[in-house]
Formats: sequence, structure tokens, C-alpha cells
Amino acid sequence: MSEIKLPQHKIDQLLEICDAHGNKPGELINILHKAQHLFGYLPAEVQRIVAQRLQIPVSKVYGVVTFYSFFSMTPQGEHPISVCMGTACYVRGAEKVLDEFKRVLNINVGETTPDGKYSLSSLRCVGACGLAPVVLIGEKVFGRVVPGDVEKILKEFE
Amino acid sequence: MEQNITLQIDNHTVEVAKGTTILEAARGIGIQIPSLCYMNLKDMCITNLPASCRICVVEVEGRRNLAPACATRCENGMKVKTSSLRVLNARKTVLELILSDHPNDCLICPKSGNCELQNLAVKLKIREIPFAGERNQLPIETSPSIVRDMSKCIYCRRCEMMCNEVQTVGALGAVNRGFISTIAPAFNEPLAASECTFCGQCVAVCPVGALTEVDHTNRLIADLNNPKKTVIVQTAPAVRAALGEEFGLAPGTSVTGKMVSALRQLGFDKVFDTDFAADLTIMEEGTELLERLTRYLNGDKDVCLPILTSCCPAWVNFFEHQFPDMLDIPSTARSPQQMFGSIAKNYWAEKMNIPRENLVVVSIMPCLAKKYECAREEFSTQGDPDVNYSLSTRELASLIKRANIDFNSLEEEDFDRPLGESTGAGVIFGASGGVMEAALRTAYELYTGKTLEKVDFKEVRGLENIKKATIDLNGVQLHVGIAHGLGNARKLLNEIREGKSEFHAIEIMACPGGCIGGGGQPLHHGNSALLKARSRALYEEDANKPLRKSHENPDIIKLYEEFLGKPMSEKAHHLLHTHYFNKAIN
Amino acid sequence: MSYKMHILVCGGTGCRASASKSIICRLEECLKDRALEDEVQVIATGCFGFCEKGPIVKIMPDNTFYVQVKPEDADEIIDEHIIKGRKVERLLYKDPEKKATVTDSKHMEFYKKQLRIALRNCGFIDPENIEECIGRDGYTALAKCLTEMTPEEVIDEIKRSGLRGRGGGGFPTGLKWEFARKYQSDQKYVVCNADEGDPGAFMDRSIMEGDPHSVIEAMAICGYSIGASKGLVYIRAEYPLAIERLRIAIEQAEQYGLLGDHILGSDFNFHIEIRYGAGAFVCGEETALIHSMEGHRGEPTTKPPFPAESGYLQKPTNVNNVETLANVPVILNKGAEWFASIGTERSKGTKVFALAGKINNVGLIEVPMGTTLREVIYEIGGGIKNGKKFKAVQTGGPSGGCLTEKHLDTPIDFDNLLAAGSMMGSGGMIVMDEDDCMVAVAKFYLEFIVEESCGKCSPCRIGNKRLLEILTRITEGKGTMEDLEHLRNLSHVIKDTALCGLGQTSPNPVLSTLENFYDEYVAHIRDHKCPAGKCKALLSYRIDPQLCVGCTLCARNCPVDAIIGERKEAHFIDTTKCIKCGTCKDKCKFNAISAG
Repeated sequence: MSEIKLPQHKIDQLLEICDAHGNKPGELINILHKAQHLFGYLPAEVQRIVAQRLQIPVSKVYGVVTFYSFFSMTPQGEHPISVCMGTACYVRGAEKVLDEFKRVLNINVGETTPDGKYSLSSLRCVGACGLAPVVLIGEKVFGRVVPGDVEKILKEFE
Repeated sequence: MEQNITLQIDNHTVEVAKGTTILEAARGIGIQIPSLCYMNLKDMCITNLPASCRICVVEVEGRRNLAPACATRCENGMKVKTSSLRVLNARKTVLELILSDHPNDCLICPKSGNCELQNLAVKLKIREIPFAGERNQLPIETSPSIVRDMSKCIYCRRCEMMCNEVQTVGALGAVNRGFISTIAPAFNEPLAASECTFCGQCVAVCPVGALTEVDHTNRLIADLNNPKKTVIVQTAPAVRAALGEEFGLAPGTSVTGKMVSALRQLGFDKVFDTDFAADLTIMEEGTELLERLTRYLNGDKDVCLPILTSCCPAWVNFFEHQFPDMLDIPSTARSPQQMFGSIAKNYWAEKMNIPRENLVVVSIMPCLAKKYECAREEFSTQGDPDVNYSLSTRELASLIKRANIDFNSLEEEDFDRPLGESTGAGVIFGASGGVMEAALRTAYELYTGKTLEKVDFKEVRGLENIKKATIDLNGVQLHVGIAHGLGNARKLLNEIREGKSEFHAIEIMACPGGCIGGGGQPLHHGNSALLKARSRALYEEDANKPLRKSHENPDIIKLYEEFLGKPMSEKAHHLLHTHYFNKAIN
Repeated sequence: MSYKMHILVCGGTGCRASASKSIICRLEECLKDRALEDEVQVIATGCFGFCEKGPIVKIMPDNTFYVQVKPEDADEIIDEHIIKGRKVERLLYKDPEKKATVTDSKHMEFYKKQLRIALRNCGFIDPENIEECIGRDGYTALAKCLTEMTPEEVIDEIKRSGLRGRGGGGFPTGLKWEFARKYQSDQKYVVCNADEGDPGAFMDRSIMEGDPHSVIEAMAICGYSIGASKGLVYIRAEYPLAIERLRIAIEQAEQYGLLGDHILGSDFNFHIEIRYGAGAFVCGEETALIHSMEGHRGEPTTKPPFPAESGYLQKPTNVNNVETLANVPVILNKGAEWFASIGTERSKGTKVFALAGKINNVGLIEVPMGTTLREVIYEIGGGIKNGKKFKAVQTGGPSGGCLTEKHLDTPIDFDNLLAAGSMMGSGGMIVMDEDDCMVAVAKFYLEFIVEESCGKCSPCRIGNKRLLEILTRITEGKGTMEDLEHLRNLSHVIKDTALCGLGQTSPNPVLSTLENFYDEYVAHIRDHKCPAGKCKALLSYRIDPQLCVGCTLCARNCPVDAIIGERKEAHFIDTTKCIKCGTCKDKCKFNAISAG
């Protein structure tokens, strides 16, 4: 039914992932992890292919994808921004930092800027509570961030 | 022998078998602990037990928290309170919470009066909903058969269980997490774009108005009031066995005569019977079976066996979606509903001199997939469907009530002829195993040329998941199998795919129990005794019929003589047979 | 090859975030430049615990403890300390009270009251080298079990030790093992729950990063005891470093014959696989965790049946949390009596806490059960940051509650915390000061719960949402006194009726703040005031013209240019532009800006 827009070599890689897990329905979450790593997100086509390969209803795959916050059906920005909203960061002002990112980028949590450059998410405790509040942009960690730092931080990625 | 368990429920000492739940034990002594998500069709091994609505919570002495009665097994010495202040407060608060995420537009809800949530609100005397807040508001989706209004969903998961575990269709599943959790097809696409077979079992078990049927009653009223139109009706066998329940009659009361009379009062020009078409189906399908069987016995290696019945539109949908590699196995015979439509519009209309565009053929079906089946393109001529639309048993009941007809005091009347004449074989189509039994009655006589003395094939009756029988046709051992419920069907189909099937012919009905348990029937509310009673009604009617073999139906014989020639003739092929499509989603 | 000296660099996630990897590289380069690479070894260890002062570098054998080290400090450490034997004074920890430098960890207040059992190897070994683990008694307990003890004896030892589950519930571990042993099956499973989801607790991650072998060893011991040959670690996918170290550790254990078939030549076989969580707090609940491992939505199911009877793939399964497991080998090595001698009457051993929030010494600590909150906060934690006043300490994460001044001398154990209206939980401990609004804190936890509720049962799915809505109304000044009654009743019903542990404890933050900070709720409702000055809707920022000196610092830092004023003149805030972010107040050096 759905139009397949993914390049064939990527589809082949996806099928290899499924095969490597024995096409077992019990391996669904492990497969989705790898699939998301491969595509950056889990579009409907990917879920359909996985469902077919594992011989399970696609509604089940979709149900799993929408249950776990780690899985995403929208592509992330070039620079994914995650603001830690663990309790330690929260009491040290993470909410204000998150608000400031929302304001400056004009997007909400879970959204990507129209130019695809930044996406914003909040996450729970990266375990760097000594540096609270913590912001992750890609792999880079920013500690002890205050709202006033936000524009400065973003300039690094211009 | 497992030992019995003794416990105390509200000061009653109760002895129950090991494994009994508190809910069952309490209900056994007349304590009706209310429940919502729980459903148990014991005879069919269909249970929904997520223990998630938390309405049935009770106090168990020694436990810190309240326990769900539906999922808590009785233990020796247990002390249970089912209506302490703590329990009543919790139960009421939980219900208030559920109602706080519900539209509460009961006055105009299609489920009003038949809604488990509404009943509960009455029982617990809810007078206000103190927790006003955000509600899940989702768009209403209408498919050819089913309306999904998920703003009303209480997340009991019964539909999900039916769709996945019983039917193994997998069209509906839980989506999202937390407050916005809902049940939906993948990617929230419309049902029509999913693997949905429109069997309607989700509708049959939905306790609220989240899943209901597409309603054609107003359309019918308009047609009945249109003087230009001749409106005729056909009624499926299972309808008569359940319709009475809507009017307070005991389950299993057959109301054929009253139903006919009510339909006439509603203004139908002719009241015909799908049973007639069921007899016709046997002629075509039975002949097809014998033809394939003969070829097989003559050593033809290419012949497709087993032959599968094709009366059930949800089942047809199922194999088109899930077994597209096996489209040549089912019989090509159309369903009785569609055979009726085809004969009505191509034979009867001509005979009566009614122009096709002025003839409206309506069907009353225990089924929601029939609505979809009417709309299949291959069953239309230049955009005009053979059967214009189909109403469920429930819709008919509501129409009778709306028309102020005192159903229970109606005189019994007979169907019109010729399309109302039927044999007992046509009647039993409504129960699982009935089509096979009807086919065997005819096939036996046609194949052996002998008279069948013992008409009843009891081995193919009943609610067992998969039934098997072997019939001796003059030395040829005919192996037949019967499955009801698509999950059971899948098992038989997988066997065929793997080349392991032992059968020559298989009957499949999508709904548990067959059409008597169809998605369009009065709601069983989890009571499987209803289904047994309905099935009994059909077999009684069959036993009381003067003719019990399809090929003995005089109007069928006449139809072949006057019009069709013989079964599987070219004309019969054109009007009474069909072909299937690959509808695989992935 | 034996080294004369070792430089231990913290390679935990926190210190890595502050460039500990570059420090290691730089140190190694320096050693090479000075041809010392054969004499001095640099080791990336697990977390030392003192995250506040990270990155930490420790020199062995003299036990020198350097704090807040930067990559550019590497040269000096090598030249001064390693070569000349002179400690780098400026990198040493300075005791804030005594203002004196402390050279080694033993004499630091942060470590004095700690007793590290679960964290015994964290910060001491290279977690990627099994030899170092073996050098510190790694796998001796497993060997002892396989050669000297019957499974029943092992279970008995654990039972006698009094070890209780560290994941939150506090169920006796030995008893749990006994149940799992009791059920007969062709296959049983040992599951390690490493899906640490409490936002503010990271002890499990630190153990996996710093001492993965202790977990592997304990799982094998558990497998031997209950009769399981298969182990599964369910770990958060957000913990890449822990996953990597665990993977390496499993591989090495297999190479050394400590995992696999015929472990240490015995008939006992045990294999471990890793399964990934995908971001669902509810998967910390064991039935939800099991469903997740089976590839389903992580929804809990009613117990019984308990996993011990029907768990992973319907087989008997024993689920233990990381910290619980990390205690097991030590108990078997040192004996149940030794372990039971530590702690309180019903809570034995130690507990690891992730100490964070408004406290001077943020970090990972391990203290004997029975230590008081006061000791933890004021002695180990070094008191409240910036000289502010202590207000509350939240323990137990989203399932726990907020405790106050009056609870400070309560000895910490499972039962005392429960009695005080909180719980042990997995061991998050967040300290709050006078600037924290307790209604907002309750709302923060409810936001978390609403986001993480699986949605299966109605009380949790809808009830917590309603709690959050009421709390939101209150923080916006729109609450009513009736709302407080609703909060209380609803909280009790949710606790009483929810299906799993998440829902049964989710109202705790509400109930405990209602109990301990009732006046603060009332202030929001009746006076439309947030006493802590935290709830935005109830705030307006104001500059006191008497105190403002016109330094312009606030104006320069205001992200929306809402502060107007000439240099050296009093400034004022344009309230139509102000987004109430509070930056100005934080920046002002003259206390001229107030919110209220």
C-alpha cells in the first residue's frame, strides 16, 4: 500500500538487521534500535518492512514505537538539543534553560526547526548532576547552563 | 482432584474451586461486583483480563492496596469486602475519572441505553464529575462498516484483544502511552487502509460508543418513503435467532414470523429470505466441491483442495489480506447476500418489470462486514450495487422500535415467494458448521445418487474452536473441517500453506460461533450462553422445516429451470460467482 | 610489567562530560614525552562519586586526590607530582570549613562517613580490564559457590544477610531467590534490571560503568542458586558507556571461563545477553520490564503470577536491580553475619544515594543504613549551596516524598523513610533550599509521572493527569481550597487502586508536600503568592531603585532586553517584555532585584 521511498541499499541493510536477529518478534525492540540508528528515525515505511519481515502486524510495531520515548517517527535536527530535566537539573533551573531554547528557536519540545538545523528534546538525567543544569547538543555536553548562555551556545553551531 | 478453597466474601462463607477469581466467586453467590474491562466468553476461551479499569476493586484483608476482583484468585481464609466505604469511594472516584475523559454526550450517543459505562454510572449514582480537565478528543472515522469515535474509548482493550488474539487480524492495537493512549490502526490510518476485515467483533465487545456500526436506518426510511422505489428486503438466518432479545424475549427465541410481519409493517414491498440464497449457494458451492473432488479423485494434480467456503465477507477479506498466495483455494461462489442481490436485480426485477434503478435491495444481516461487502465494486452494475445496503440486526430492532411496532404481539407471517422460500439447510447457515452441514446434505445425495437418511450431522455443530468430521460418500472418505473465529481459520490456512491439511473442504466463519455471534447482533455483553441459545433456535427451526436439503427447494429448482440452467453454468458463473484480490498491506 | 605509579582518572559519564577523556590523552602524551610510559600507567576508572569536583584524578600509591582537573593541568601533574614528588597544591581539594587543603580522599568530609560496598571497586579499577577486578577479589565468590556451596546454602547466606532489593521495593533478595528456585522449569532466567529511570539517580549506571564484573558475577551466582542458565541485562539505551563496558566485561568473563559453559570446570553453565530499554520509566517495574524484553509495549501485568512463577517467556524469572546484585559477591566473601552487622534492624548493609540539588557536594555516596539525613546532607554533602536555608530533601524519586527539617535526624532505612511518607526508591536524594517551591516540585514529579505512565490502568492514566492539572492550576494562582481536598482524595484512591508500583506510589510527592508544606499550598491559593518566588504566573520581577547601582549587568544578561536604564542609574523592568526567567535576579550582585 505505502509507497516505498527509501533507497534500496538501506532497505537491504534493514532486512539484514532483521535477519541478524533471526526475524524473531521478541527481538523487535533491538531491531528498532538498530533501525533508528540506520535511518535516524523510524518512518512508517521502515516499520512496515520490519513488520513484514517479522511476520507481525504493523499495528504492533507502531504500538511499540509510540510507547517508548527513545523511538521517533520524525527526523531529528542536524544538531539535536537535549535539555536534562532530571530532578537535579530541574532544581538548578533547567526549566528556564529549556524555556529559553524554546523561545530562541521558536519550537516546542519534540519539534525541529523549519530549516532542519535544530531539534529540541528534554531528557531525564544524564547523570552529570554535578554539572547541573546540563544541556547536550549532539555529543557535546554543556554544564551549569543559565538562560543567558543559550544564544551564546547556539552561536557555536551557526 | 484439586482441593476447594474456602473464603469469606462480605460475611458469606464461600467454597469455590481452586483458580476461581474473587469476581467469579462473588457473582456465584449473587454479589454483582461491577466490572468494565473484564470479559469472559468461557466456552470459547475468549477472555479479556487486563485488570486495568480498576472498577472491580475490592478490599482483601491484609493487603495494602485494593485488589482487582477480576484478576485476583481466591485463597484459603481470604476475607474480602466488596462494598466497604473504602471500596465504594475508590470505585466511584475511578469511575469519575473515567467519565472525566469521556464526552458524556449520552443523549445522542449510538450506544445510549446499551452502554456498560452508562449503566455503571447509573449503578454508582454519579451526579457530578469533579475532575474536569483535558479530554482526549479525536476525529470520528467512518469506514464502510464501522464508526470509530475514540474520544469515547475507555481503553478496556477488549477490541484489541478480539482483533489480535481471537481474530489474529492485527488491525487495531494500542498506540501511544499515558493519557493519550488509544487504540488505532497503524499510523492512525483509516480502518479501510488497514488489514481490518470488518468482522465487527471489536464493535461486538466495545462496552461504550467508541466502536459502532455505520447506520443506514435513516437512508432506509427515506427509501421506504420514496414512491418511485420498490424496496425489498432479505434477512439472514442468524437474525431471527437473536432479534427477539432486543424486545426482551428469552435468548434462543426464534422470531421469524414476527420479523417478517414487522418488516412488512415497516413498508417493504417484498420480504424475502437470504435462506433462499443460502440454498442457492449450496447448489453452486456444493457443485464446485464435487467437481474439484471428482477431478482430484481422477488424479488431477492441479486441482485446489481443500475447497474453502466463501459466504463470510470478513473471512474473504482476511484471506485477501493475509493469504494472498492462496486466492485460488476458496470457492468462487458469492455469498448468499450477494447471490440474492444478483438474482433479485437480474432475474426477479426483470420478471416483475421493475427497472433496476428503481429497485432497492436491502439486507438485514447479523454482520457488519456485509455492509462492506455490498460496497465491493465487483458486485455493482454500472455503479448500482446488487445489494444497495445492509442493516444489522441491531439497526432493524431500533427501526422497529422507532416505528412504534409492538413486536411481541405481532402475528406471525410468511416470507414472500419466490425469493423467500427456503429449506432447513439454508437456516443453519447462521451457526458455525451450518454451511458445511447443508453442503454435506446436498453433496451426499448429488454424489451418491442415494437419499440421505440421517440429515443431521451433529459432529459439525457446536462451539468447539476447530471441528472435524469424515463423511462416507459411497466409499470415498470426505474429510471436512470447520473453524469459527479468524484465529482458528489462520491455523487451518497455515496447515494448507504447509501442505499438511487433511481436509477436502473447510467451512470458515469469521465470528465466534458463526453468524449468530456476528458483529451486528444484539450485544452479548460477555455472555456466551446467548450464543448457544441462538444456535439452538436455528437447529430447531431446521428440524421443523418440511424440506431440509437445499436441492429440494422448489423455487431453487424453478430458478435453474427458468433462468440459470444448471449449477456452474455460464450464466451462474457470471451472476453467482466472483474472484478475489491481493490486498496484502506490507 | 609492573608499574611504579598509577594515575586513576574518573571515566564516569559526569567526568567524561567535563573532558576527562582529554585529560587521559594528555597525561599519556606527557608520560610518553618524558619516557615514563613504562613506569606510570594511566587508568580510566569508574565514578569516584565526588561529581561536584570532577573531573577527579587520583595518584596511586600515595592516594593524592586532585579535583576539577583540566587537560592543560596534565603537564604539571606529571612534572611536579610524578617526577619531582611534589603535590600540585592548587589542584587539591580545599575543605570549605577549615579552608585547608586535603590531600587524600580518606580525610575528606565527603568520604569520611561513607562505607563503600556496592561501589567498592568504582574508582579503583579499570573496568575494562578483568584482571584488575580479579585482583580485588572479583569472581572469588562465584568460585566459592560453585566449589563449596549448594544452591540452597547460597540462598540461605543471602537470606541471613538481610539484603533487601535496592531498586525501590525493598523485598528480601534471598526470599525472592528462594521463590524462583522453588518453581520447576526446563529454563529459568536471571534478569538484571539496569533500566534506571529515576530522574536524578545514577548509581546503577555508575556501578555498570565502574565495576561491571560485580554484576556479572552476582548474576551467575543467582543463576547457580535458582537453577538458571541464562541471564539478561535490561539496560537503558541512553547509557552507551555502561553498555560498552558491560559488553567488554561479558566478553572478558567468557574468555576467562567465568561465563559460558562449565564455569570454572563445574557443571554450571551461564550465559548473559544484553537487552535495551527504549525510554520508559515504567519498565523499572518487573512485569513491564519482562514484557519489554519480549519485544512488547512495556505495560505491567497484575501480580500474581509473580515473575518467579511466570516471567520472561512465561518461565520462572528472578529480577534484581544492579545495586542489589553488586552487594551479593561481597556478602558471600565476607559472610552474611558481617553484612548483617551493618545497618539497622530491618535494613542491612549500605545504600548508595545520588546526592544532588542545592548541595555543595553533589555526587554518588554510599552510607550504612541508619545514617541520618543530617549526616548525609551536612557532613557528606557539605551543606546547602550558597549559604541558603535547607528546606526539604526529596528521596525515592517520583515515587518518593519530600522530607523536612523535622526528619533530618531520622536514620535512613526502608521502613523509616516509608513511615515518614517517602521511600527509599532507587536512591535519588535531591536537596532543596528556600528558593524551591514545593508545589512546583510536586508538579514537576507529576509531569514526569504523566509522561511516563503507561496508560494501562485508569487511575494512573487519568488520575495522575488530573492531579497534575490541579497542581498546575494552583501554581498559576487559580486553585481553590476544594482542590486541596481533591488532591488528597484522588491521591489516596490512585495509591489504593493503581495496577503497578508506579501508580501506587505516584501521588507520594503530592501527599508528602501537602502534609509538610500545607501552608505553601494555601499561600498559592489564598494569597496568590509563591513564597519561594518560583511560580512564574504569580511573580513579577522588580528592581529596587534604592539598591540598584546601575551596573547594567542585569540588562546585559536579559535575554529579551526587558531591562531599561542608563549606566550608573537605577534600572527598571518592562513587565510587558519580561519572560520571568530570573536571570537578572541571579546576576544582580546587589540584591536589588526581587520577585514576588
